[in-house]
Amino acid sequence: MVDMKGTQLIHEYLRHNKKFPHVFCAGCGHGIVLGSLIRSIHGLGLSKDEVCVVAGIGCSGRLAAYVDFNTVHTTHGRALTFATGIKMAKPGMHVIVVMGDGDSMAIGGNHLIHAARRNIGVTALILNNNIYGMTGGQCSPTTPSGSFSMTTPMGQMEQSFDCVELCSAAKANYVARGTVFHVKKLDKMIMDGISNPGFGVVEILTPCHTQYGRKNKYKTPVDMYKTLKKDVIDIDRYNKLSEADKAKKVPSGVFVQKDEPGLEEKFYEMAANCQGGL
Amino acid sequence: MARPRKKRNKEIFALGNEAVVEGALLAGCTFYGGYPITPSSEIMEIMAQRLPLIPNGSFVQMEDEIAGLGSVIGASLAGRKAMTATSGPGFSLMQEHLGYGCITETPLVIVNVMRGGPSTGLPTSPAQGDVQQARWGTHGDHSIIVLSASNVQECLDNTIEAFNLAEKYRTPVILLIDEITAHTREKIVIPNPDEFEVFNRIVPTMPPEWYKPYEETVRGVPPMPSIGSGYRFHVTGLTHDTNGFPTSRPDEVRELNERLFRKIDQFLHDVQMVDEVDTEDADVVVIAYGTVARSAELAVKQARDLGVKAGLLKLSTLFPYPRKATEKVMAKAHTLIVPEMNMGQMSREVKRVNNGQVSVRTINKVDGQIITPAEILKVLTRV
Repeated sequence: MVDMKGTQLIHEYLRHNKKFPHVFCAGCGHGIVLGSLIRSIHGLGLSKDEVCVVAGIGCSGRLAAYVDFNTVHTTHGRALTFATGIKMAKPGMHVIVVMGDGDSMAIGGNHLIHAARRNIGVTALILNNNIYGMTGGQCSPTTPSGSFSMTTPMGQMEQSFDCVELCSAAKANYVARGTVFHVKKLDKMIMDGISNPGFGVVEILTPCHTQYGRKNKYKTPVDMYKTLKKDVIDIDRYNKLSEADKAKKVPSGVFVQKDEPGLEEKFYEMAANCQGGL
Repeated sequence: MARPRKKRNKEIFALGNEAVVEGALLAGCTFYGGYPITPSSEIMEIMAQRLPLIPNGSFVQMEDEIAGLGSVIGASLAGRKAMTATSGPGFSLMQEHLGYGCITETPLVIVNVMRGGPSTGLPTSPAQGDVQQARWGTHGDHSIIVLSASNVQECLDNTIEAFNLAEKYRTPVILLIDEITAHTREKIVIPNPDEFEVFNRIVPTMPPEWYKPYEETVRGVPPMPSIGSGYRFHVTGLTHDTNGFPTSRPDEVRELNERLFRKIDQFLHDVQMVDEVDTEDADVVVIAYGTVARSAELAVKQARDLGVKAGLLKLSTLFPYPRKATEKVMAKAHTLIVPEMNMGQMSREVKRVNNGQVSVRTINKVDGQIITPAEILKVLTRV
């Protein structure tokens, strides 16, 4: 095992026969998530065959193709449904779903809340960049009110979804929010999400400079990372703020942590009882 | 040495929907994911009771039909024989995933108990309106296998066949039945396991580093390992190269798309199943499928009693359309009659094959009622 530098660890998990270069733009946070995912899986000591990465459509959806696991690039918004089937069929596998904000909360919103309610033992990484990147920069369910996109040229009038509140209300086992700026914390969140027996959600704030930044007065990708650094604060610090200050900040950290068994565990326990009772 | 005592076949009194479940379990189905919809719901309800009793069996009720077929594809990729059942509106929702199943070559079975339409239509009335939807509902060009069943026994037999064809050709297979067959209760025979063939997908035997998931083979069907078996490969709905990675290189795109057709089209004799009744000397041949084929069978018998040389070509396979069988009956007959509970979805195929050679009469009915033997007989005696 080569484990001296981050880059070498990455090489152990990337697919050498995949046609590189990757599709991500310069300044995109998705590569950081990919690195974090690899470090988390490596840190947990999982074998490559125990891990299945399922992805939706869009920039985040391409992430699965680069890593040497069992990988499935699914239809738009439905990654969680495929993952549910895989997890039910192979309960021993660690099924990790990578989705964008449109993928998970717009077209796939119903699947997200039901996967959480069902508490299926998969881990959802929601790469939230507040925009439809690959489609050309249209607004998403998390585009903040007032900000600009190709389909909100006068500013977004709708409210945006709070992924953490949504998944917490839908009763997911593990709900956390991290950013690609706070990478060490992110590694830990992904590891905890994967280790959790039920449905784990990690919302990852990641900048899309190409589509979101250029429309919203971020001159360089670095400006977007600086905003993440400045505005995203730990949940404990956030709770101590006044209401007026809270509006300017985004809390990060672990919001829900339960230990309920996943659906597949409950199902096979029930099935064993049924078969034993025959 | 004593001969092994042959187990008596079990006879049961079953609904068409129950027979589908029996067939699926005999074929080795261990996963069901879906969303209930009339008139297919009994399939799901009985699966929910039966699957937990089977080793490795699992069942999940998803939030909608899109999710249902998604879970089925996931389970199939993970090595299970998996199925879902639905009806018209649900089948419409499944179309995108059906296309995904075709391009990723994932074996699965979809049972569509057809009801009247369009839209929510007539939930508890029979129809045969989803024939062309089964063939062309999903976007893009692709080959597909569509079967039907005309009685409860065939619900069982053709469900086994659907699983076998899905596994053999790595493709989604659709079983179309109508509300009457699904909700008719008849005596059926459950065959012993040694009386029918069960086909399982071919798994790779080469070392994982040699394996190419979408490589051409003699049969055109690449071997398929399950997720987590040591063969780590990429599955995508994008047009992919033989390694499974997205490509837009014209030669690779063409190769994949042509193979998807070829793998089914070069085995038409294996895929196309028909039954013939009194066709040897028939001047008039009724081409029918589903419950209507039962009406047609009686009408043909009555016509024979009246001295009309009538015959029946019953289609168990709807797509790829059984061209050879149709041409065979056309060689003798001067008229083909195609009765169906739609405005002519299958007669299009018949007319295409016929290409103006003999007369084709259609009987179409879209009032939520079955086509009766008398209605077919009337046409049979007039031509």
